[in-house]
Amino acid sequence: MRLGALILRIVRQFWHDKRTLGLMFIAPLLVLWLVSLVFNGNAYHPHVGTVQLPAQWTAQLSRAGADVSTYDTAAAAESALKSHELDAYVAWSSGTLQVRLEGSDPSINKSVLLLLQQALSTHAAPVGGVPTSVITYLYGSADMSTFDGVGPVLIGVFAFFFVFLIAGIAFLRERTSGTLERLMATPLRRWEMVLGYVIGFGIFTTLQSAVLTAFAVYGLGLMMNGQLVLLLLVTLLLSMTALTLGTLLSSFANSEFQMMQFIPLVIVPQIFLSGLFNMDNMAVWLRWLGKMMPLSYAADALRDVMIRGRGLTDIYPDLLMLLAFSLVFMVANTISLRKYRRV
Amino acid sequence: MTHGTAAKGQTAIRVAQVHKSFGRKHVLRDITLTVESGEIFGLLGPSGSGKTTLVKLIAGLDDATSGEVEVAGVRMPSLGMLSKIGYMAQSDALYTELTAKENLAFFASLYGLSGVQRAKRMAEVMELVNLSDAMNGVVSAYSGGMKRRLSLAIALLHQPGILILDEPTVGIDPVLRKAVWDELKRMSEAGTTILVTTHVMDEAEKCHRLGLIRNGVVMAVGTPEQLKQDTGAGSVEEAFLVYGGGEQ
Ligand SMILES: Nc1ncnc2c1ncn2[C@@H]1O[C@H](COP(=O)(O)OP(=O)(O)O)[C@@H](O)[C@H]1O
Ligand SMILES: [Mg+2]
Repeated sequence: MRLGALILRIVRQFWHDKRTLGLMFIAPLLVLWLVSLVFNGNAYHPHVGTVQLPAQWTAQLSRAGADVSTYDTAAAAESALKSHELDAYVAWSSGTLQVRLEGSDPSINKSVLLLLQQALSTHAAPVGGVPTSVITYLYGSADMSTFDGVGPVLIGVFAFFFVFLIAGIAFLRERTSGTLERLMATPLRRWEMVLGYVIGFGIFTTLQSAVLTAFAVYGLGLMMNGQLVLLLLVTLLLSMTALTLGTLLSSFANSEFQMMQFIPLVIVPQIFLSGLFNMDNMAVWLRWLGKMMPLSYAADALRDVMIRGRGLTDIYPDLLMLLAFSLVFMVANTISLRKYRRV
Repeated sequence: MTHGTAAKGQTAIRVAQVHKSFGRKHVLRDITLTVESGEIFGLLGPSGSGKTTLVKLIAGLDDATSGEVEVAGVRMPSLGMLSKIGYMAQSDALYTELTAKENLAFFASLYGLSGVQRAKRMAEVMELVNLSDAMNGVVSAYSGGMKRRLSLAIALLHQPGILILDEPTVGIDPVLRKAVWDELKRMSEAGTTILVTTHVMDEAEKCHRLGLIRNGVVMAVGTPEQLKQDTGAGSVEEAFLVYGGGEQ
């Protein structure tokens, strides 16, 4: 009865606040779409200059995908490098091959070197040619894009971010406007207050998760090898941790501005440590820090489902962790409400 | 009609040797007072004297640093008592994005009202504070006085036996203010105990008994007549100055 009243009120507030509703449903889609555009740009063709290079090699460079221009002197090529017209140039002088890179962007450096290797290795190949190789993939495929790789994590990041902020600020406003104190003068139990927020907001986060995952799979064509219902389940459980963590942390903020200050503290580290970047080379303590973050479990489960096509039997430990996080946050929040009423 | 009321002459609220401090700051010192069932008890004191702090302790919203607070014989804070108390905070605690009706329905449900009875009570309390026409208005479009009246209406919804009102008439025009006081008087005659804070002297005259509070100390308790007699003052205001002057 009291719980129902609280849930109904939260739904009504959302209904009156169309803008927040919009932020919750449209913003994650918009951002995910923008990121997909960034990652799905066409393959990069390095600009490579040649100085006195045998014509046969120049042709090989072109064939390997380089955008080749020829120069008469190394000095001319050097100035083209400086003015950013070239990413690298290759010079042939007195029997050695000299490669000079512009060098300021590591990813371009890598693609130039890779290209040079491919183009020129045929020259150095042993007699009889390169042995033919058969390449197969356990998961994923040759035409899997970068976005397919990071997309699952990004779904998690955006679901987490927006729910964390919206739920956190809503709970914060309940405190700053005095309504929380007013509620504590009614027979509403502290746990009912916390659970009411979880269910009331949960209705909207469920819808948001459905819209976001459907958009990622059907709208953006993200690689999806598992069951959609599992993807939805992971996103939903992650949203719940965002919701419960947001409402809990809001009691340590005194204003919306202070709530925003949690973004660099809570959201950004989670993004970096959640598996968006390979964790294997990170310091041990950083990996442990990652293990304390809800997003890393969700990211793991999302990748398992979307890329590796795994099922519930494989991802249930991650799901249990997410559930545990939510429960801990809810209990902590119920306890922290003692500030307003001891019983 | 009202529930949770005891017979007249019984103690409804008992505050004994209550101290309250926030960190090093002593806000209430050794407060002892009782409010009888069915009376209108006024806490009169300047801003910052500790009135809000005291009524919050009585409403169960905070704990005394030492001392005891009992409502209807039950030590506060107590969950069971909360449904018998009607509380109106000093600052309006309303959901401004909702309509008055939605606010009322929400609070009424928290107190266990439902269906026809809830609708009936909502209409009654809005009639009382003269807001019936603004029932479907969004609260953010309300004036300050209207918000104050809506807060009062919400405190009255569940017909509590004990009403705690923190500066209820601030920002309400004189005509309505009189109507509100007439209603408080009527409710007290029906058995409701009313604890009201104010810093307006002419409202103090309307209370059955008064507690004069200053700097966290209750300087005197008595009927307005007694207080005037004891100090030889012509008004409660003068009486207050006499007590306050002695304390300084
Ligand atoms: N949470 C708090 N922390 C610190 N000081 C407080 C707190 N609440 C009230 N006070 C102080 O207690 C004193 C009494 O405040 P209050 O009870 O609101 O007075 P009144 O209601 O009579 O205006 C004021 O000096 C106020 O600054
Ligand atoms: Mg006050």
